[in-house]
Amino acid sequence: MTAAAFNPSAESPAKIRVTDSTLRDGSHAMAHRFTEEQVRGVVHGLDSAGVEVIEVTHGDGLGGSSFNYGFSAVDDVKLVSAAVDEATSAKIAVLLLPGLGTVTDLRMARDAGASVARIATHCTEADVSLQHFQAARDMGMETVGFLMLAHRIGPDELARQARIMVDGGAQCVYVVDSAGALVLGDAQARVAALVKEVGAEAQVGFHGHQNLSLGIANSVLAAQQGALQIDGALCALGAGAGNSPTEVLVATFERLGIPTGVDVQGAMAAAEDVVKPFLTRLPFADRGAITQGYAGVYSSFLLHAERAAERYDVPAHEILQKVGEAGYVGGQEDMIIDVALQLAKEKEKAAG
Amino acid sequence: MSKLTAAIVGPGNIGTDLLVKLLRSDLIDVHSMIGVVKESDGLTRARDMGIPASHEGVDWLLKQDTLPDLVFEATSAKAHLANAPKYKEAGITAIDLTPASIGPFVCPAVNLDQLVEAPNLNMITCGGQATIPMVHAVSSVVPVDYAEIVASIASKSAGPGTRANIDEFTETTSHAIEKVGGAQRGKAVIILNPVDPPMIMRDTVFCSIPADADKDAITASVHKRAAEVQEYVPGYTLRVEPQFDEPRDIWNGMARVAIFLEVRGNGDYLPPWAGNLDIMTAAAARTGEQLALKRGN
Repeated sequence: MTAAAFNPSAESPAKIRVTDSTLRDGSHAMAHRFTEEQVRGVVHGLDSAGVEVIEVTHGDGLGGSSFNYGFSAVDDVKLVSAAVDEATSAKIAVLLLPGLGTVTDLRMARDAGASVARIATHCTEADVSLQHFQAARDMGMETVGFLMLAHRIGPDELARQARIMVDGGAQCVYVVDSAGALVLGDAQARVAALVKEVGAEAQVGFHGHQNLSLGIANSVLAAQQGALQIDGALCALGAGAGNSPTEVLVATFERLGIPTGVDVQGAMAAAEDVVKPFLTRLPFADRGAITQGYAGVYSSFLLHAERAAERYDVPAHEILQKVGEAGYVGGQEDMIIDVALQLAKEKEKAAG
Repeated sequence: MSKLTAAIVGPGNIGTDLLVKLLRSDLIDVHSMIGVVKESDGLTRARDMGIPASHEGVDWLLKQDTLPDLVFEATSAKAHLANAPKYKEAGITAIDLTPASIGPFVCPAVNLDQLVEAPNLNMITCGGQATIPMVHAVSSVVPVDYAEIVASIASKSAGPGTRANIDEFTETTSHAIEKVGGAQRGKAVIILNPVDPPMIMRDTVFCSIPADADKDAITASVHKRAAEVQEYVPGYTLRVEPQFDEPRDIWNGMARVAIFLEVRGNGDYLPPWAGNLDIMTAAAARTGEQLALKRGN
């Protein structure tokens, strides 16, 4: 039996482009402390394995280095320059969240050699990205739209937001499961709705998290629905319980007969020999991370909740549960402290 | 007591909310409401409140026998850029609620006293009005090398103008945190949250402070300034006491104070959750009243 026989749907499946986000989403897990040496090592490993796009930015995107999100050890632009210098064929991507990063930040990243602009908004707020897509296209960058916390709205509404991004200049729009809360059919239906709405003009992508351990499974379903760009991270290094591990993604896709152009041995070597040795924290579905998937909480909130838990002596998972109930969105890290203070106050009251 | 007269240009939600506030004022008489669309809801509302209203724009205003002392511009940056020279020529002081930034930034609780004679005053941004008093409260006690603010607003309260050019918010606010707030370097972040029922505006202010900063003095200064803002924005509150964090290496050895604010709107015309819009109209009205008090004699 050939590998292709595992694939129940396509006759000759389309090639998937894997974007590796170890050096962006993984920045959350590393508390934004990546060094230039680590960036060079990861880029070299991924580029050698044939990964076509490598994202390098503070976890919260350009301009993310701050009190609220954590200061970068090394400036984004410097890390982008190093990545561009190290890559022989991979394109370097950067993330930008409108309201946080600006077109000025994007221009600096482009000048440092970044060629893919990934513009991320909360899933209902696509129209704040239009000036950034326009600027990115004017600068000759490839554009990708990121609809974050995609579980918060239904497939049709998400597709309408994707339409806004595509009309504004996005060449691909991702279903971004920022909370790792999409369970199989939820991911499938959203990708299908986007493919139906914008598939004739733009590609569709999927960005998964492992909070409910479904990153890979959701990515496979996404590919089967016509997604052509899929995100991963080596050793799953990302926010919450991490992202779909790139090395598992490419191995799984190969077994399904879906071409990615990435060498499985090369990806596994990059994960094992380059990333694993510098990890300070192995992404894992612990109580906090599972709560994020279960309650639909932005994965990047995990470390912030742990810090607030320690500072104010309240459980991290209770903070995350409350944050989910309040409906806070990506970027509202300050509200974690606010919630922790409320919980501490309640605890004090209960104690008498 | 001497009063000033004022026209409002731009009869949208902001202009109408401002009108409600000015009608309560003992220091401002509303001259007229100006729009450009015949029979628009905003002009009809103004007429219903007994205010002369015209859809013939600023040209109509300038043809009147009696001109107002002040004009509140609640249109767009583009419209204000076109109108500002006309106001100036007519000797009318402009209080600008758009991002045009022709005149100096004004935050009533911080720097209005120095700007009484300015022909054009810019109201910065909603996040700026909410946070700059706090940055200034800290920077008047200790040097602030870096101040950062995060403004969270309800999606419903962000209009198409804000959405089409959100960089304008971050850049203008950052600049004003330095220029008016007194921080060496400023950074601003704005987050739109679509949760339903809509969230009330929240603002967080982080300031770097020296390791040996007098925390009690900072806390006292923050409370005093918050009370001053409350005089014109009753829904402006500190959620908790200022939170102090010990110095860290990654903060260049500096310590940090974090101030958590809630801005509940007055519900004049706009709903209470739109504290971001309320603080703009309240600050603009306050600016007009202070000009009346200071120029009046």
